[in-house]
Amino acid sequence: MTLAAKDRRLGWGLVAPALIWTAAFFILPFLAMLALSFAHMEGREVVQGFDPGNYIRIFTDPTMLGALWNSLEITLVVTVISVVLAYPLAAIIAFRVPARWQRLALLLAVLPFWTSYVVRSYSWLLVLGQNGVVNKALLWLGVIAEPLEIASTRAATVIGFVHFFVMLLTLTIYANLIQLSPNYARAAQDLGANRWQTFAHVILPLTLPGVVTGAFLTFVLCIGDYITPQILGGNTELTLPQLIMLQLGRSGNFPLASALSVVLMAVVTLAYFASSRWLRLDRV
Amino acid sequence: MTAGVSIQAVSQRYGTATALDAVSLEIAAGEFVVLLGPSGCGKTTLLNIIGGFAEPTKGHVLIGGRDMAGVAPKDRPTTTVFQDYALFPHMSLRDNVAFGLRMRGVDRTRRAAKADAMLALVGLEGRGDRRPHELSGGQRQRVALARALAVEPEVLLLDEPLGALDLKLRRQMQEELKAIQRRVGTTFVHVTHDQEEAMAIADRIVVMNAGRVEDFGPPRQVYLHPATLFTASFMGEVNRIPISGGRAPFGPVPVPDGTLCLRPEAISATGPLRIGPCRVADAAFFGTHVQAHVVPLSAPDLRLAVHLPQSAAVEVGAVLDLGAETFVVLQA
Amino acid sequence: MRVLSWLYLAVAYAFVFLPVVVLVVFSFQDGRLPVPPFKGVTLDWYAKVLGDEDLMAALLNSLLVAVVSSLVALILGFLAAHALARVRLPGSVLMRGVLIAPMTVSYLIIALGLLTVFNQMGIRPSLWATGIGHVVINLPLCFAICYAAMGDHQKNAERAARDLGAAEWQVLALVSAPMLAAPLAAAFFLSVTFSWDEFIIAFLLTRFDVTLPVEIWSMLKSGLSPATNAVGSLVFLVSVTLVILLELTIFRRAK
Repeated sequence: MTLAAKDRRLGWGLVAPALIWTAAFFILPFLAMLALSFAHMEGREVVQGFDPGNYIRIFTDPTMLGALWNSLEITLVVTVISVVLAYPLAAIIAFRVPARWQRLALLLAVLPFWTSYVVRSYSWLLVLGQNGVVNKALLWLGVIAEPLEIASTRAATVIGFVHFFVMLLTLTIYANLIQLSPNYARAAQDLGANRWQTFAHVILPLTLPGVVTGAFLTFVLCIGDYITPQILGGNTELTLPQLIMLQLGRSGNFPLASALSVVLMAVVTLAYFASSRWLRLDRV
Repeated sequence: MTAGVSIQAVSQRYGTATALDAVSLEIAAGEFVVLLGPSGCGKTTLLNIIGGFAEPTKGHVLIGGRDMAGVAPKDRPTTTVFQDYALFPHMSLRDNVAFGLRMRGVDRTRRAAKADAMLALVGLEGRGDRRPHELSGGQRQRVALARALAVEPEVLLLDEPLGALDLKLRRQMQEELKAIQRRVGTTFVHVTHDQEEAMAIADRIVVMNAGRVEDFGPPRQVYLHPATLFTASFMGEVNRIPISGGRAPFGPVPVPDGTLCLRPEAISATGPLRIGPCRVADAAFFGTHVQAHVVPLSAPDLRLAVHLPQSAAVEVGAVLDLGAETFVVLQA
Repeated sequence: MRVLSWLYLAVAYAFVFLPVVVLVVFSFQDGRLPVPPFKGVTLDWYAKVLGDEDLMAALLNSLLVAVVSSLVALILGFLAAHALARVRLPGSVLMRGVLIAPMTVSYLIIALGLLTVFNQMGIRPSLWATGIGHVVINLPLCFAICYAAMGDHQKNAERAARDLGAAEWQVLALVSAPMLAAPLAAAFFLSVTFSWDEFIIAFLLTRFDVTLPVEIWSMLKSGLSPATNAVGSLVFLVSVTLVILLELTIFRRAK
């Protein structure tokens, strides 16, 4: 056997365990789910077959369409707000905070990331609830006469999400900004660009891949999240993951849950292709 | 232990590009051979093929008479000093140098003793506990050399080992490299693009260009009697003068037709091959010599580079009667 | 402009820290509800939480799943990254894509897919099932970190080791892994945190032995309680201690 062939055999041997794992526990399950989404329920029994009924139901039933719509709206709003809030924060840490304090500043900015995921949403309930810190403070200050209804609304869901994703995006955007040579900005200013022009024509385009990658991850994590809307959003409106969990729990309707998951996956795939030009997933 | 290397009609293709074109070479045991050529000439590819890091598309490599086809780098009687040294940053110098012995199952005390001896050989006595990042470039280079020699290879391969060093250090390391090679007696195959380095250290120089061997011989032969025009100009500055019908532009010459190659330092007042009176177009003092450009009066379109003795006081416009000492005529 | 920057920074930090501060402060609440007014300091809730056997069992389960699944993900990811970074294999771009793909899929979908397959194969929900799911979500991360860390410097050192007679496992154990110690540690601890904190896969794939997030979730269903604050604060304390230790050891040295 030639050396190259020996090398290749070794390479296959090393990459095989990871590929097999991914195939067995990621690709195969997804295919099984895809197949199941075309099954239907008779009573409490799953009947296999090729029945597009689940998909027809998803795109005609107002509750289901509503959940899809809610998820899209919330995710888009959260992604945009998070990017808009995180970019200046990352830029301030990268360019205003003295170099030796930057790591600490960053560490502090993402510190709440290390609280438990479930507990993080719960803490916002304490802040935003009827008797929560915000309402008590506003009442005490006399700004309002009656407690505000923030918890159990879409606003609370959005606040909870934004809190988490601002941390994530600050990290990714900071990593991009700090890699830029300061000479780009110097060159732009040397050639007569003002601060705004420097940002718009030089800094922003150079950091765009990082921003888009962060935004895409935000999109994926946000649209698939069950906990945050379940704890903070109350039961006034449903998101897609809540609807999926509802199918699993109450009625045990796995085929419908699978179909909803496939739709969720399709939405993420669309977002992937929309942003793929700038995505750098292997360099997160 | 030392062994010869026999390269037999080795070709290497990457897709449609040819990196090596039917190269054959016989390197004797204990010889210091330098592969010299411009970047992209195939010298590093050839070194990789000898070391087992690449396989030839065609041809055979024999080391000590043994065919190396299908033999992995670790099983070959060769070791390599890499261009970037590739020292293991997480190991002490001693562990770096002892690594190959450890792979061969040599016990700890014996390999530590051998590593210390090798470090002493390269002038790093007593520094075994240091880490690579504490060293200067030249010192790292020595450690890489000690590491490759510690396993007593039959052939040592050196891939532009001095390329990252500054000029002064490079000249100093050349001498040490040569001295170490004499002491250990191992066959050295050394790749470089610096012809001065090649002449300083090589027993024989292999001049390569575009995947082919242009010339192979001792430094003196390759420099003074190059086999090809490429070698002539790659080894140093050269004046090329076309000869046809026994005539040079400046007059008749007793040489066959072709291209007459004259090194600037071979031109002087006394050389037997007469060029005739020349006017000095410019002159500059270079320390070891005076470099001038002259135009033969009988051939106003010809411009020759000439190195004159340090002591020569040359005025622009002066006329000198010149001739050449050594020369060679090559066919294009 | 300068003042505005610092003001923005202050507001941002206030927003980021607000829920954490409220969480921690009201874990000491001497009363039944973790909301204002603050009625005084007590450690009763911590005592209650630390004495809760279910919670402590869940905590151990979480740790076990996190450490084991992260180790598996790290080893698989490291080996695959090593192979794809070094050997020219046909279809290597596709393989990289396949290995990264789970990163772009919601955990819920991964969980549901595994649940479907496990149901059909008659595998019951368990910590093992959860661990398998956690390897799926952490493998892309470990692979990507290892792959990104394998530069030319690394490749040349591996080549030198092979040249000096090292077998492939020796190259991996004595050269590649030690040279990548910092990124390997980073990948491992990130995986541990993700697994430790993961809810939906654990929720769908466990039944009797549950992990900490699932146990906390069931605590939440009984309404607001300073006990939940205490658990959250404890988790926070453990994670932050870990982060600070890492920062002071591995990452400082890595620079």
